[in-house]
Amino acid sequence: MRVVIENISKTFEDGTGEHIEALRDINLSNEENEFLVVVGPSGCGKSTLLNIVAGLLPATSGKVVFEGIPDESRPHTAVVFQEFALFPWRTVERNVVYGPEERGLPRKDRQKIVRYYIDLVGLTGFEKKYPHQLSGGMKQRVSIARALANDPWLLLMDEPFSALDAQTRTIMQGELSQIYEKTQKSVLYITHNIQEAVFLGDRVAVLSRRPGRVERIIPIDLPRPRQEHIMLEPRFLSYVDQIWQHIRGQAMEALTEEKP
Amino acid sequence: MSRDRQPLAETVVQDKTVFMIRREHRLISLIFILGLFGVWELIARLGLVSPLFLPAPSAILVTGYKMVLSGEIFHHIGASLWRIFWGFSCAVIIGTFVGILLGFFSVAESIGNPIIASTYPIPKIAILPLLILWLGIGEYSKITVIGLGVFFPMVINVYTGVRNADPVLIKAAISLGSNPQRIIRKVILPSALPMIFAGLKLGIGIALLLVVAAEMIAADAGIGFLILTSADLMQTTKLMFGISILSMLGLIFSWLIDRLEKLCIPWKK
Repeated sequence: MRVVIENISKTFEDGTGEHIEALRDINLSNEENEFLVVVGPSGCGKSTLLNIVAGLLPATSGKVVFEGIPDESRPHTAVVFQEFALFPWRTVERNVVYGPEERGLPRKDRQKIVRYYIDLVGLTGFEKKYPHQLSGGMKQRVSIARALANDPWLLLMDEPFSALDAQTRTIMQGELSQIYEKTQKSVLYITHNIQEAVFLGDRVAVLSRRPGRVERIIPIDLPRPRQEHIMLEPRFLSYVDQIWQHIRGQAMEALTEEKP
Repeated sequence: MSRDRQPLAETVVQDKTVFMIRREHRLISLIFILGLFGVWELIARLGLVSPLFLPAPSAILVTGYKMVLSGEIFHHIGASLWRIFWGFSCAVIIGTFVGILLGFFSVAESIGNPIIASTYPIPKIAILPLLILWLGIGEYSKITVIGLGVFFPMVINVYTGVRNADPVLIKAAISLGSNPQRIIRKVILPSALPMIFAGLKLGIGIALLLVVAAEMIAADAGIGFLILTSADLMQTTKLMFGISILSMLGLIFSWLIDRLEKLCIPWKK
C-alpha cells in the first residue's frame, strides 16, 4: 500500500471574490508503514492538504491515489483532529466504537476492537466517562483510539497536540511514537512544531508559505524506538536546525503579514 | 538596619469581591411568601376589601378543596391537559422534523424560511376564529391553535441547533465512514438536543397560554372556561383557584421537562 499525492493544487475564493492560492503542485508519497510529517509555517496550507487526502475537501487540480489496496473492506483514512472532535454525547468507549459501528461489524468483534485500542492508548478504566470529564491529553488519546479502531490504511493527524500544554505534549509525542512502533500504521502527520516533526517522522516534508509548495523532503535517520532523551542528541538537534533554517525566513514573513 | 526601629504599619489585603458572593436565602424566601399570604389573609378577614374582589387565601383553599372533592376541578384540568397534550406533542414531532429539514437541506431552507418568517409574528390566537370556521367549534380548532403556537419555537430552535452543529464533528463522522442519513441521526440530532429542549420549554409556556385563551373563546370545559365563567358569576374564589391551578401546571411542566432534559442529555455539564 502506498499513497501518492499527485500535483495537488488548491485555490480558495474568499468572501470578496479574491482567489487565494493555498497549495501549488504538491507531490508527495506516503510509503507503507511510513510516518510522514508535513511541517510548515502557519498559513502554508498543510491542514488543507490533509483535508484533501481525507476526502473532506476537493482539490482544485491533481489527485490522491491509494495504490495496492487489495479490497475495499477497510477505510482509506481516519483523521485525528486538533480539536479532538469527540462526540460529547458518547462515552469514551462509544466514541471509539463509532467507526466499527459504521462499518457494520458484529457486536463481538466491535467489543474486542474497542478493548484493544482503549488499552493501547492507556484509557482502561475510563471507558464510561464522557469527553467533558477528561483532560485534553486524555481526549486526544480517545481520538487516536477512535481513528485506529477503524483500521484505516492511512492515519491522518492534523496538529493533534497543538491544543495541549507543553508537558502533556511531550508525553503524548512519546506515546504516539510507541503506538506507531507497535501498530506499524502509515501516518501522515501535520504540524508546525519542528522538534515534534523530527521526533516522530521517518521523513519530514517542509512546506513553504502560501502558496504551499514542497520545499524539501528530509529523511530522518534516527533509530527506533525513539525516546524523549533523543531530543537532546546532536543528530536530532542538527535535523531541527536544518529544518528551522528553511522555515525561519518564512515564519518571519508570516509574523508580519496581515491576516487575509 | 537599626535594631530599635518603629513597628511598621500593617495593611492586610482584603477580599474585594465579597459583595459578589451570592448566597441562597431559602429562609428569607419562605418567610416573605408566608408573610405575604398572612397580610393578604388579614386584609380579607378584617373586611378591608370586599371578598367579591379579594377573597382570603383560606377561602380559596376551601373552595379548591370542595372542587377537588366533587371532582369538578379534574374535569376542567383533564379537558385542558388533553388539548395541551395533543397540540403540544403533534407540534413537537412535526416541528422537530421540519427544523431538521430546514437546517440540513438548502432547498427546504429557501422554501421554508420565508414562510416561517412571515407567519411567525402572527399572534396565534388571532387565527382561532379562522380555525373554528375551518375545523368547527370542537376540539380540533383548539388543538390546532396550540399546535401552531408550539410549532414555531420548535422549528426555529431545532433549525438553529442543526445549523450550529459543530462542523468538525460532522467531518469526524464522515472520516469514520458515516453517510449523510447516519450523520443526521448520529451527529446532527444529538447536537441539536439542547436546542430542542430549549424549544420544548418555550413551547410548553405558549401551550398553556393558548389553551386558556382558546377555552375562553369557545369551550364548555377547561381551566380557561372555568376562570371565565367564574368571573361572569362573580365566584371569585373559584376564579382564583383556577389561576393557582395554572401556576401549578406551569411549574409541573417545566419540572418535568427539566427532568427529561437531564435524562436525555447526561453529557451536559
